[in-house]
Amino acid sequence: MSPTTAARYVGQSVKRLEDPRLVTGHGRYVDDVVLAGMLHVAFARSDLARGTITHLDTSAAAALDGVRAVFVASDLNPQVDSLRASMFPPHAPAPPPNLLADKDVRFVGDPYVMVVAESRYIAEDAIELLDVEFEPLEPVVDYETAADASALVHPELETNLPNQMQVPNPEQTEAFAGAAQVITETWYQHRQTNVPMETRGIVASWQPHAGVMEVWASTQSPHELQLMGARTLGIGEHKMVVHFGDVGGAFGQKVFLGREDRAVLVAAKLLGRPLKWIEDRRENLLAANHARIEQMTVSIAVDEDGKFLAANLDQLQDDGAYPLGGPAGLGAMSTTLFPGPYRMGPVSWQARTVHTNTCGRGAYRGPWQMESVAREQMIDRVASEIGIDPLELRRRNVLKPEDLPYQTSTGLSFETTISPDQTLDQAAEIIGYEDFRVEQAKARERGRYLGLGIALYIEPTSMGMGPLGTESAMLRVEVDGHINLFMGTGSHGQSLETTMAQLVADELGVCPEDVSLHQGHGSGYGFGTGGSRSAVIAGGAARAAASGMREKVIAIAAHLLEASAGDLEVTDGVISVKGTPSAQVTMAQVAATAYQNSDALPEGMEAGLEFTARFKTPPVTHSNACHICTCEVDPGTGKVTLLRYVVSEDCGNMINPMVVHGQVAGGVAQGIGGALYEHAVYDENGNPLASTFLDYLVPTAAEVPEIEHGNVVVPSDTPGGHKGTGEGGAIGAPPAVFNAVADALAPFGVYPNRQPLDPNAVLSLIASGAK
Amino acid sequence: MAEAVAISVKVNGRLQQGLVEPRLTLADFLREKALCTGVHLGCEHGVCGTCTILLDGQAVRSCLMFAVQANQAEVTTVEGLALNEDTLHPVQQAFSDCHGLQCGFCTPGFVISVAAFLEANPDPTDEEIRHGISGNLCRCTGYQGIVAATRQAAATMGGKSR
Repeated sequence: MSPTTAARYVGQSVKRLEDPRLVTGHGRYVDDVVLAGMLHVAFARSDLARGTITHLDTSAAAALDGVRAVFVASDLNPQVDSLRASMFPPHAPAPPPNLLADKDVRFVGDPYVMVVAESRYIAEDAIELLDVEFEPLEPVVDYETAADASALVHPELETNLPNQMQVPNPEQTEAFAGAAQVITETWYQHRQTNVPMETRGIVASWQPHAGVMEVWASTQSPHELQLMGARTLGIGEHKMVVHFGDVGGAFGQKVFLGREDRAVLVAAKLLGRPLKWIEDRRENLLAANHARIEQMTVSIAVDEDGKFLAANLDQLQDDGAYPLGGPAGLGAMSTTLFPGPYRMGPVSWQARTVHTNTCGRGAYRGPWQMESVAREQMIDRVASEIGIDPLELRRRNVLKPEDLPYQTSTGLSFETTISPDQTLDQAAEIIGYEDFRVEQAKARERGRYLGLGIALYIEPTSMGMGPLGTESAMLRVEVDGHINLFMGTGSHGQSLETTMAQLVADELGVCPEDVSLHQGHGSGYGFGTGGSRSAVIAGGAARAAASGMREKVIAIAAHLLEASAGDLEVTDGVISVKGTPSAQVTMAQVAATAYQNSDALPEGMEAGLEFTARFKTPPVTHSNACHICTCEVDPGTGKVTLLRYVVSEDCGNMINPMVVHGQVAGGVAQGIGGALYEHAVYDENGNPLASTFLDYLVPTAAEVPEIEHGNVVVPSDTPGGHKGTGEGGAIGAPPAVFNAVADALAPFGVYPNRQPLDPNAVLSLIASGAK
Repeated sequence: MAEAVAISVKVNGRLQQGLVEPRLTLADFLREKALCTGVHLGCEHGVCGTCTILLDGQAVRSCLMFAVQANQAEVTTVEGLALNEDTLHPVQQAFSDCHGLQCGFCTPGFVISVAAFLEANPDPTDEEIRHGISGNLCRCTGYQGIVAATRQAAATMGGKSR
C-alpha cells in the first residue's frame, strides 16, 4: 500500500547532501580555485612584538626571477577607502587602518611586506631576500598591566584601554551589605584560537575595464565579505562579486575580512592580475586571531540557604593589537549575560578591554562564554564554601517554569520557552549523579581521584539586532521541476545544504534531493552563518519562501486538473487530488506550464515559479543546555582522563538530530581542548611559543570521550519552533571540565582558578595543596 | 635553483610524468600537477594528517615528502578510492552514514588513514580505533561520527563486528 501522507523530513536524521562530493575529495575549497594568469602572495611578518622599522630595502626581493611585485605599507595602506564592518558603529575607536605595518611593527606576525610571485615557493624565497632592520621596543605583553603601561600599542589611540563600561547597581551594594556571606574569586581564561582545519584564504581577480572585483574566499559571511571588500576598495557593492564554495571550518574566524585579505584585494586591483593567498598554519596560529584571553572577578552574595542575592563583576579582556573585524570588546556582553539560568538578583558590573602587542582577538564559538566559564566555576566554589552540594545549589537557584518569562537585572529577557531546570535534571539523571558520588567516595578511599563537573547555561542564539536581523531565501522551481534555493548563508560544516532542503521539502511536498542550496553571488543579503543563527533565521526564510511557492504550485495544478485547490495534496513532487490519485500532475509539468506554456496558466497569474521571502527574527531566541562530565586525575603524572561526558540540550524542535548532535559534540571537543590542552602562549617578550601543531595541542580522537546526548524539547515561538545550537558545546565544556578537575582535586585542599589544566598545572596545584 | 628532475608517478592508476623542482612537495605535485585537489593541506608540518595518501599501499603524509621521492611509486589519493561514480568505498560510505564529517576539509586524509588502518587491523576495538586515528585532526566533529564510521567500515569490510 502506498503511503497516504507526505513523508516528513524535518526531525529526521536525513543523510547529508554535501557528503558525496566531500568524502571523495571533490569539494571545491578556495585553494582549489585556479585562474588563468594567477599569481601567488606571501607576507613578510614581524619576528618582534614591538619595534621600529629602521631600514627596509626590497630591491633584491623584487629582482628575483618570478617575482612580479613587492608591496610595502605606503603602496597599499593609502588605497583603503574604509575598513568598516556592518556590525560595528562607524566611529568606534579602532586601530589604524594598516593593511601592512608602516614604520613600526606591533605584534609577532604583523605583516610588513607583501610579495607577489609566480609561485608561493618563489614568493617565500623573495621574503628571504628582504633587507630589513628593526629597532626593538619594549612590548606590552601582560594584559593585566596593559592599561597602565607607558608604552602604547597604538599611539594613534593614545591609550591601551580603548573600551570600558561601568554599570553600578545600588541594589547590589545593599544586598551585599545584608548578606550572610559574600564570596569572591577571580577566574582566568587563557589564550586560545579557532583552528579551522582549512586556514584563511582568498583568490581575487580584478577586471579593469568592467571595474569588477571577483572573489573566491574561505568565508562564513559571503555578503559581509562583499560589503567589506567593496568598502575597502571604494567600489559599488554590485562591483564586488563573491563566489562561495566549500569552506573548511571557521568557528568565527571567517566572519570578517582580515588585513591580509584586504591587502590582497588592493594589490589585485593595482596589478590587474588574479592573486591567491592561502594562509599557512604558522600564520594562522600567529596572526589570524586569538580568543578567550580574559579574566572576571566575581563576587556573589548568598543567604543561609545558598540563595543567590546579588553579584558584582569585573571583567578584563585582551584584544591584542589588531582585533579581527575592527573594534572588539565583548566584555560587556559577558557581564550582561552572567546571570544566565539563575535568579541572580541585582548585578553590578564593569568591563574593560585592552590592547597588547599580541595577535588580535577575534570571534570564537561563543565569544562571550566567559559568563558561563566564570559563573559555573564560581557556583562550584560557592557550593564548596557554604557546604552545599553543587547540583543542589544549582537546583535551589535555577529558573523554573513559574519564573518565566524572566527579566535579569542586566536587561536580558528570557522567554517562557527555556528549560534550564529540565536540562539540569536530565543531565544529572543520565550521568547517574548519586551513584557517581558513592563511587567517587569509594575511589578516594583507594587513593583514586575522581571528579564531576556541571555547567548549566543559556545560549543567546539567532540574535536579531542590526545587520543580524534578517535572512533571505529566493526559491525557484526550474523548468524540469528541480528546486534551486538561493540564500545569504555561508554554510561551513553546519550542513545547511541538507537542513534547508529538509525544510523546503516538507513545505513543498518534495524530497530533500530535489532541492539545491546556492550561497554567495546571486543570493539576497544575509549576515551569513555564525552566531548560532541559521536554523532559526535562515530556516525561517526558507520555510516562508517554500510556503509561498506551494500556494502558487497548488493554484496552477488545480487549474490544470480542474480541481479545487483545497482538494489537492503534494507528495514527492506529485500534486494529486486527495482520494483520486490518478488525477495528478508533477512538479515538472507545473513548472513547464509556468515557464513555457504560460497561456495555459490561470487567468491573471504571473508566469514563472519564483518566490522570494525574507524572515525577520525576534531580538534573540534562547536555547539552554547542561553539561556534566566525570574525570579521573592521576596525581602522579597530572594527567586528566575524561570518563563520561553528558550534554542535555534544549534547542527546540530539531531539524536534523544527527546534525544537532554533531554540532554539540564538535563544540564540546573544542571546549575540552581549551580546558586541558590548547594554549596560544607568549613569553614575557611577546614571542609566541605555540606556532605549530606540535605546540598548539588540538585534541585527537584519543582525548575526546564518547559524548552522550539528552534532549529536552520545548519549541521556541519562531516558525518551526527551532532554537540555535551551534556554539553551545564550546560554551558549556570548559567550565564543566574545569569543575570536574577541581572536584577531583578537592581532597588536596586546592582551588584552581586558571586554565589550561595541563599536567604541569595539575601537578603544581597538587604540590601546593596541604593534603 | 636546483635542476628540475624528471619523475614518473602512478597516481590513482594513471601515469603522471613531469619535470619537478627537487623541493616540490609530493602534496603540491599531487594537487597542482596531477590535479588531485582532494589532497588537502592543513598544517604542512606533518601533524594534522589532512594530506594523507597511500604510497605503495602505505599511508604517508604527502606534505612531508618531496615529489622526487615518489618517483616510480604508486599513489592512491581519496579520489582513487571509490569503485566508480555510483559506488563509494566502504570507508567513504561509512563517513557519510555516521556523520563523520562536517566541513569536510580533514575528510580525505581521514578516509585514507582509516582505510589503511583497517587494512592492517581489520577487527579493531574502540580503543584501538581511537588510537589508530589519533594521527589525524578534525576540528568539527569531536570525532564521534568518525569513530562510529570506522566501526561500521570495519564491519562492512569483513572484520567481525564487535
